[in-house]
Amino acid sequence: MKALTYVGAWGALMAGFFLTLGLAHARLGAFYLPVAMVIAAAQMMVVMWYFMHLRVSSRLTWLFAAGGIYWLGILFVLGLADYLSRGWLK
Amino acid sequence: MSEGILKEQFDSLEQQHDASRLGLWLFLATEFLFFGGLFMGFAVYHLVYPLGFAAAGKLTNLWCGSINAALLLTSGLTMALGVNAAQRSRAPAASRWVALTMLLGAAFLAVKGVEYADDIHKHLVPGAHFALANQPPAQIYFWLYWTMTGLHAVHLLIGLGLLAAVWLKVRRGRWIGAEGAATELTGLYWGFVDVIWIFLYPLLYLIDRHT
Repeated sequence: MKALTYVGAWGALMAGFFLTLGLAHARLGAFYLPVAMVIAAAQMMVVMWYFMHLRVSSRLTWLFAAGGIYWLGILFVLGLADYLSRGWLK
Repeated sequence: MSEGILKEQFDSLEQQHDASRLGLWLFLATEFLFFGGLFMGFAVYHLVYPLGFAAAGKLTNLWCGSINAALLLTSGLTMALGVNAAQRSRAPAASRWVALTMLLGAAFLAVKGVEYADDIHKHLVPGAHFALANQPPAQIYFWLYWTMTGLHAVHLLIGLGLLAAVWLKVRRGRWIGAEGAATELTGLYWGFVDVIWIFLYPLLYLIDRHT
């Protein structure tokens, strides 16, 4: 990859950083948390894709990287499905 | 040259390189799950004790956390440029980028040290003299804060050690080009340390700032 590609990725990461910081003061209430997590997830993708060279790695490497996130997804989806739904039935 | 680097169980250097890359990604998957348990704990306690967490989340040092976020994101860039230079066998450039990455990592730890001293001074350590005595769940928040940032700092410290080893080799023209796998793997590990802070930063410093 060209050096400029890395600098562009860094620019995107810093934009995400300032956006996260700025929106924290915008009084979004309960919406801030999901918005911040979406920005963080996007930043994670940029770091993995460019800085961790997934872009130029084999498809099998993609599978390994996605696998870790997939298992993390199981933990969060099943775990939060319990805790988020506890107040639904009184 | 390349024959000495190729281990006998592999057909080609490319295959060997791919295998080591896969191995490190597999290790990083376990690391993501390791931190994932703590993130899950944070999510659950945040749901169960919204008031205590909101009170505690305002007390973290936003300046230190933000400076560190910028430092670490930038160190991700310098590390990627270092790996890129190493892959192209440009030893002087690679060693400069790796050295700069170490400097940024050390600066992160220095800021973290200042922040920890400030936190201790403000009685934000869970225990007898905890600042928010009327908010017991705030102690859970700070238990998670110290554990998560502490474990992240330990990982960063290990990263600095790996970087020092890479720097010593690269500046002598080793661990670049065909034998650059270790340099690239260190870059992967550094990226992981970066990703963890990307999530810790909004969760510990921002989400409860204005609730």
